[in-house]
Amino acid sequence: MILSRLARRPLLLAAGLVLALALPWMIYPPVALDMACWALFAAALDLLLGFTGLLSFGHAAFWGGSAYAAALIAVHSGLPFPVAALGGAVFAAVLALPIGYLSVRLRGIYFAMVTLAFAQMVYFVVNQWRDLTGGENGLQGVPRELFGLDLSDSFVFYYAALPLLLAGFVAVWRVVRSPFGRVLVSIRDNPARAQALGYPVERYKLLAFVLSAALSGLAGGLFALGHGFASLESVYWTTSGQAVMMVVLGGIGTLWGGVIGAGLVVELNDYLVTVGFDGIGIVTGTIFVIIVLVFRRGIWGTARDLLAARTGRRRPGEPGSGDTQDGAPARTPGVGTPV
Amino acid sequence: MLQQAFNGLVGGAFYALLALGLAVIFGMLGVVNFAHGAFYMLGAFGSYVLLDSFGVNFWAALVLVPLLLGLAGTVLERLFIRRLAPLDPLYNFLFTFGLALILQDLVKREYGVQSQPYPRPGLLSGTVDLGLFGYPAYQVFVLAVSVVVCAAVWVVLTRTRVGMIVRAATERPDLTRALGIDVGRWVTPVFGFGIALAGLAGVLAAPMRAVNPLMGADLIITVFAVVVIGGLGSIFGSVAAGFAIGLVSALGNLYVPALSQTLVFILMAAVLLWRPAGLFGREEALS
Repeated sequence: MILSRLARRPLLLAAGLVLALALPWMIYPPVALDMACWALFAAALDLLLGFTGLLSFGHAAFWGGSAYAAALIAVHSGLPFPVAALGGAVFAAVLALPIGYLSVRLRGIYFAMVTLAFAQMVYFVVNQWRDLTGGENGLQGVPRELFGLDLSDSFVFYYAALPLLLAGFVAVWRVVRSPFGRVLVSIRDNPARAQALGYPVERYKLLAFVLSAALSGLAGGLFALGHGFASLESVYWTTSGQAVMMVVLGGIGTLWGGVIGAGLVVELNDYLVTVGFDGIGIVTGTIFVIIVLVFRRGIWGTARDLLAARTGRRRPGEPGSGDTQDGAPARTPGVGTPV
Repeated sequence: MLQQAFNGLVGGAFYALLALGLAVIFGMLGVVNFAHGAFYMLGAFGSYVLLDSFGVNFWAALVLVPLLLGLAGTVLERLFIRRLAPLDPLYNFLFTFGLALILQDLVKREYGVQSQPYPRPGLLSGTVDLGLFGYPAYQVFVLAVSVVVCAAVWVVLTRTRVGMIVRAATERPDLTRALGIDVGRWVTPVFGFGIALAGLAGVLAAPMRAVNPLMGADLIITVFAVVVIGGLGSIFGSVAAGFAIGLVSALGNLYVPALSQTLVFILMAAVLLWRPAGLFGREEALS
């Protein structure tokens, strides 16, 4: 039993790595790329939702903002694609600074509303600034190359982008496991006490927000570069909603749950497009409603609970275990004790 | 310029009706209803379908559609919203988000994304002489209805027993309950009423705005910004901000057309910087 517990994490990690490497062989490569990018997006969002207790409904601004920034860098400078992607991530972080500064002071549901509104502002700016962004047509013909190597084949691009994406995952994981991440969890669970212990709560929240935005931006930039195309849809509110859905479906505060959620949602969308079903929102919305009503712990959360119940073992105090560990109904991401 | 100001007030009339519904629901239930825009859209489509398929005219639709949608709202509250109410308000936000996606795409599948025509009611097809300029009678009517409805709600809230209960339940639900008032009884009708207001706004929008499945979604996010500006949790603030924002964005549009869509969000940022709880809000919104 002890051995299996010790072996579980490396085994899972190895399995995940193998899956990430094998993915373009198993499914259509552009879909594999979509999954990998959305997975990082979901993990970055969970850093904020699951581990800081802030539900951002405006992350499309960072995913899509970076998509445009990265595409513009690639089009106008001809720099290699990793530079463009990192440029997009930096842009997302810079954009997140004022938005986060104004939003983190608000509690729970207000934070969601305000981030949603700011993201809509970014959407309107992108839509109206036609000369730069191409308006409704999006930004097309984005080059993908690395030192003269042509990467326009999605299969090749996937492997070229994978190191950056994996670095993003490692970053999220490191942040969550770091002392900084522990402080974030304490802020989620009891902001008043965290404040009383001397932690500048708002500064921590802002830093988490900017980090989450930068990593979402990395994912969004690679997504746009991989498709050679930055679309207006990437900054629209439906994109924010989709990312939130992936996290909730996989399990809030589980980190890897979001990855599973991303895989499932991308696969489902791809299937619906393939069969020509033109009401994706009906399916997406229904899933949303069902998860919220009866499946709030998500896939990973439920699996972990089942496993914990079977082995009769709990690991208290683990970050991310907060709202699923003690068998209570999924506890309140977003609202701690009001000050 | 004066005419533009009037346009702004008419636009503000829609903001105010929607913000009022949101604020009433939020006050009583603590739910931010993302589907509010979808119900506004359903209001417009409701009157379109009634006219197109059943020959029911605008005036009947003006009464019928809000009633039907209000009824649908009460059912929705009984079946789902109530169940999620004890949990974090974010779950109801996510629930109504999913609902909005469903409603929007159902209508889209049925009617496509192009706009449906809806004629102005004959009685209001002319223009009204406002002294300095002539103005379409229908727009004047919309403004009047919105002002009257908002004022009526205000009177009900401040001058009647029902209003007193609702305000008390908004401020201190537990204490109100302890005083022997059945708060739960009022939750469902208030939710239905909020939805009916969105439906009313939709019916009013049908003859002057494009009736299409996406008309509610973008509008509601702007209304969120309006509510944040007016003051989180303040009913008066929401309505006042609705009219004010309509006016300011119309005038802004006159001077800086490039900012027409973003101005409201810039204002929101400024208000958040200056008064994080909004112009008329209470501090409880802050962490």
